[in-house]
Amino acid sequence: MINVIQRFIQKVLKDLFRKKKHIKLGLYGPPNGGKTTIANRICQDWLGEEMGSISSIPHETREVNVKEQISIKSGKKELLFNLVDTPGIATKIDYEDFVKHGLSVKKAKERAKEATKGVIDAIKWLDDMDAVIVVLDSTYDPYSQVNITIIGNLQARNIPVLIVANKVDLKKSDIKKIEAAFPQYEVVGISAKYGKHMDQFYEALFALVG
Amino acid sequence: MLTLQFVPYEEIEGLSSGERVRKLLGMVKDDKIVVLEGRLKKEEEAGLIRKTMEEINDRFKGIELSVIYPEKKKTIGRTIRSNIADMLLGQRQGLTIIGPASLIKEIRKDPDKIQLLTHDKNRKKKRKR
Repeated sequence: MINVIQRFIQKVLKDLFRKKKHIKLGLYGPPNGGKTTIANRICQDWLGEEMGSISSIPHETREVNVKEQISIKSGKKELLFNLVDTPGIATKIDYEDFVKHGLSVKKAKERAKEATKGVIDAIKWLDDMDAVIVVLDSTYDPYSQVNITIIGNLQARNIPVLIVANKVDLKKSDIKKIEAAFPQYEVVGISAKYGKHMDQFYEALFALVG
Repeated sequence: MLTLQFVPYEEIEGLSSGERVRKLLGMVKDDKIVVLEGRLKKEEEAGLIRKTMEEINDRFKGIELSVIYPEKKKTIGRTIRSNIADMLLGQRQGLTIIGPASLIKEIRKDPDKIQLLTHDKNRKKKRKR
């Protein structure tokens, strides 16, 4: 019953988007899921340029970044959107974790401070989104409270959601676990790093907001 | 030593969202592991994360948060009953665990049991509920 109502609301929202020139498409998720790698892949595919820097150290993206007027095409259909890459949402940030990655104490403390501000901004931006791609690392347990809180907040705001199970090129990747955790949403498995299954991703994006 | 602080739902029932977040976070900052009867609203969970980020410093590293909620197969009747109960009584079903990240390394759900993995200089301890 809830799913039927949810689908109806999403359809109404989708119809509204058709009349909007540029929708705000957010990339949300925990740190190091690959949000910026996906943003870069989309920008490379359609604009021929990258959007932000990536790193194996968590919280590389500490500010909300917006790339405006991205146009993607599928047959006769065209989708125009502003892509919003957000910092990873976490419940804890310890500068000592950054020191373990080789940063000096001073730089680690600066990074931690910026990261906390980044999480606050990401949560603030939730209300501005027209649709959201939740990016999860498919090698990790999807049942974390951060994932549940992000998706629960999007659901509470009736924001259409597509879940991307990233890093499918890795052996530990388990898309089925993500599908089982969030059965009410479509899950697309991709490797943003290697551009694997991006065609399926774009199809799902059109289905979400096209 | 770990302190578990049980918070009955009545204690937060009459509070605004901001007051709930401040009350729970205040206990966690006193190095207590909060066991709340019921759940916060989704927006309050986001508010708790936001407030946590504002409070992080060299001593306070953040929180570990987990919500245990009995996810029974939802029939129309059960959904309506559950929604009416939530409206009348608040979100009392389930259990919310919030602890300081400096003490708790990870909270695992299984889904009928909770495992708190605590930080220890020499070895990891597991506490089961």
